[in-house]
This record gives sequence, structure tokens and C-alpha cells, in this order.
Amino acid sequence: MKNKKAFGIWKYLLALIIIVLHFVPIYMVIAITFKSPYDHSSRWIFPGYVYLKNIQTALERGGMLMALKNTVIISAVAILFIVVIGAMAAYPLARNKSRMNHLVRGFIMGVMMIPPLSILVPLYSFMAKIGGINSYWGIIITLVTFQLPTSIFLFSSFISSIPVALEEAAAIDGCGPFQTFFRIIMPQLKPVTASVIIITGVNCWNNYQFALYLLQSPKIKTVTLAIASFFSADASNVNGAAAAAFLGILPLILVFLFLQKYFIQGMVDSAIK
Amino acid sequence: MKKQHRAMINLFYVPAIILFVVFVVYPFLQGIRLSFTNWNGYSQTMKYVGLKNYIRLFQDANVKTALINTLIYGIMSTVIQNILGLAYALFLNINFKGRTVVRTIIYMPVMIAPLIMGYIMYFFFQYDGGAINDILIALGMEPADLLVNSGAAIAIIVIVNSIQFVGVAMVIYLAGLQNIPAMYYEAAMLDGATFWDRFKHVTLPLLMPAISSSTILNLIGGLKLFDLIMALTSGGPGFSTHSLSTLVTNQYFSAQSAGYASAIGIVSFLLIMVISNVVTGYFDKKEVDTQ
Repeated sequence: MKNKKAFGIWKYLLALIIIVLHFVPIYMVIAITFKSPYDHSSRWIFPGYVYLKNIQTALERGGMLMALKNTVIISAVAILFIVVIGAMAAYPLARNKSRMNHLVRGFIMGVMMIPPLSILVPLYSFMAKIGGINSYWGIIITLVTFQLPTSIFLFSSFISSIPVALEEAAAIDGCGPFQTFFRIIMPQLKPVTASVIIITGVNCWNNYQFALYLLQSPKIKTVTLAIASFFSADASNVNGAAAAAFLGILPLILVFLFLQKYFIQGMVDSAIK
Repeated sequence: MKKQHRAMINLFYVPAIILFVVFVVYPFLQGIRLSFTNWNGYSQTMKYVGLKNYIRLFQDANVKTALINTLIYGIMSTVIQNILGLAYALFLNINFKGRTVVRTIIYMPVMIAPLIMGYIMYFFFQYDGGAINDILIALGMEPADLLVNSGAAIAIIVIVNSIQFVGVAMVIYLAGLQNIPAMYYEAAMLDGATFWDRFKHVTLPLLMPAISSSTILNLIGGLKLFDLIMALTSGGPGFSTHSLSTLVTNQYFSAQSAGYASAIGIVSFLLIMVISNVVTGYFDKKEVDTQ
């Protein structure tokens, strides 16, 4: 009994250490963001006041306002296509297990293995040729293509688990394949769609590697690009840089806190096949 | 389903296939072609140089460093994330008040863009006014400029990457632990098995699918590491902390050797392909063995 009680305290102590270790980066960002640049106290010390000018600096001079707008547009449109094209592609792969579709599945897995770094140079020159550099559609199409395999696999394992009876009934009633898909299948995909949106959405929002190559004009910066230029151009303004970082991570952290269940379920589903 | 209907639904994956062919397969083949040229990345002309880029690559000390670093980033991150992730999962599998809060806090950094995480770490490791040096000075020690020391910088990159993404391994292991039927443990207890026996003979074998998913996921993530390195060191000091992916970008943008950058990209692809196939094959065999 005594042993158990000791373990109880030890448990909470360990929990506290873990919380501190993982929360300290976010704490640091918040502390520096709301601190005046003239306050030279250690970065560990949380300001006893709220100073909002750093956020203003980041939004206006650092271009974070525009970057947030661009990132919202790019991520939202990309997610839409990732979901629609992904769900469509998953349907025949889950329902029509022919030899050819087995090959198609293998092809998609092979695509998944190609790391962005090994195609970035030719992709850039190809995009330059077709006018996709510094455009919304160029980055969107790239993000969609690279997130599609995840979306296809999540959707196809989910579709495999829904009974075929409904589709067969629809076919007897004279529903064509398109009607069947959009009227019968799509409405049943809600839970897995949440996971797909969350997992691929985080990757779109946080993307840096493709954006670095494809978006070179200052007018079309995304959050990561704006923060990178803020840190390299204005390295002395630590508080402004922290504010930019704060604005960049806040949206996803908030969404995560509200939809945590879906994030974790989605992660587990996509990892364990 | 009718045969005709079945054939018709195959049309549904055509958009996806078109995207893959145009934006992955075609650039990939172009990359192979470019790797045999001396293209500088912008001019209209290029010359085929045969295997010159590949020969240069095998003699280039910077490529060797980047290759070793890539393996360090990949393997060390995988080891740390799996051991720590499993430890966290075992800990959070105990029922205690507030454990969901702990899980939330561990997983939260996964949301942060690795690039931004790298810049945040700058607030800690900066020489002037960095949070780590504040502690060192308070303890009466000399302040350290860790990011200009390549060994320390590599260790920092590995640790930051591991701590940021350990939440992924943790949730995979938690899901795995929850799938182990309690009766196995009860049976083991009846047989007088110690905690270590139970862990070794019940938990570990039954966690094999989780171990394999988590290892492959972390390994591929670590081998592709890019954003964090760009934010923390940009590959410096010198070329000492470059990974293959940051080196490709460096050779393309700074050195303007697009042909050479393509060759490094192709070699990286082969490397990642071989490593992940070997690891996947190993786990597939292991999973069959334990069944």
C-alpha cells in the first residue's frame, strides 16, 4: 500500500516533467511575443504586462497578414481536391479488386516512395515552363499530388469496410456508377474525411520545401516563407520574429485543441494499415 | 456488381493517375535525364556529360558528409522516437487523473511546422540572450555557441526533431497497447511473471505491428529531414550539417549546378528506397514469425 502511494506522487512528478519538456517551446514563443523589445529580462521570464505591438509589426511589416491569407487559400483549395480526387480514386481500388487495379495500387505506393527532394529540380523547371511558378495553382497542384497517396489509402481502407449491399441495391434501381458514388458512397465517408482533411491539411499548412521552390515572389508568400524571411532579414527583432511564429502556429494549435480526437484517430489510421 | 459497372468505376482513378504521371513520374524521369547534363538551372542550353556528375558525387566530401548526416538524422531520430514514444505510451496507459492533458501536450508540437520549430529553437540556442545560455550563466558556467559546433548542431537537430514528433510514435503505441487483451496479462500474472517478463513476452511481441509502422514512418521522415535543418543551421557551419535534401537545394540555388543537384536527388531516392524496403521486409518477416 505504501509502495502504491509513493508511485502516485512519482507519477505526477513524471507527468509534470514531460509537460514542461514539451510545452517549453510554445511557452517561449508566447513569452517573447508579448514582451516589449526594450524589456531585457531573460527569455524565461513571462512579461507581467501584455504588449501587442510585436503582433502588429509581424502582421504589417513582416507580411504575416498576407501570408496567412495566402496559406488559407492554398490549403483550403488543396484540401478540397485532395478529398474529392482521393475519394474517387479509392472507390475502384476498394471495390474492384482486378489484377490491373492491383498494379495501380502498387504504382501509387511507388509514387509515395519518391521523396520530394529527388524531383524538386526538374519539377521546378517543368513548372517554370508551364507558368506555374508564383501562382496559386502551381503550388496547389503540387501539394495535392503529394498528399493524394495518403488520402487514397485512408479512403480505400475505409470503403473496403462498408458493406456493398447498398450499392447493389442502388444498381438494381438503375443508379449509374457516378450517381452511386456521389449519392451512396460519399455521404458514408464523413468520419474518414475528417481524418484526411486533418492529416493532409496540416502538411499543406506547414509545407516549406515546395513553397521555397515554387513561390519566389514576395507577393505570394505562405506562412513558412514569410517567417523564414522575417528571421533572416530582421534577425535583431527577436520579439517581432516570435510574434510571426506565434501567428503561424496559433491556427493549427487551436484547431488541434478542439478536434484532438480526430487528429489522433487519423494519425493512427494512416500509420497502421 | 455488373461487369460493365465494374469497368466504368475504374474511370474514377484517372484524375489521380494523371496528376501522378504529370507531376511525379515525368519530373522524376526528367531528373534522371538532367543528372547526365551540366545544366546550370536557368540557361536554355545544356550538354550531356555522361556519368561525370555521378563520378563527382562519389568523390565529393560534402556529399559524403551529407550522406552520413542523413543516416544519423534518420536512424537516431527513429531510435529516440520509438524508445521514448513507447515509454510515454506505457506511462499513459496507466490510469491516472490528467493523463489526457499529458497526451495533448506531448502531441501538440506535431502541429508546429518543422521550419517554425527550428526558428523557435533559435530562441534557446542563440549565443546572445539565448535561453540555454541564460541558464549556463546563472549556474556560473561559460555561455556556449552550440550551433556553430557541428557535432552539437547535429545532436540538437536530432533531439529537436525527435522531441517534436515523439507524439506520433506515442499514439501509435497507445493504440497498439489498447489492442492487447487484458487476459494475456492476467494469465502471465498467474504464472508469476515479473513486469519485465510480461513486457518481453506479452507486450513486445503483440506490439510488433505498431513497432513496424512507427519505425518505418519515423525512418522515412528522418531521412527526408529538410525544414528543421534549414531553420537551425542552413547546413552550416561549412557543409557539416547538411542532409542530402538540403544539399540538393544548396547545389541548385547557391551553386547553380542543377545537373549535379539532380544526380544527388536520384542517389537519395535510391538510398531511401533501399533502406525502407529492407526495413519493411525485415518487419514483414518478423510479424509472420511472431504470429
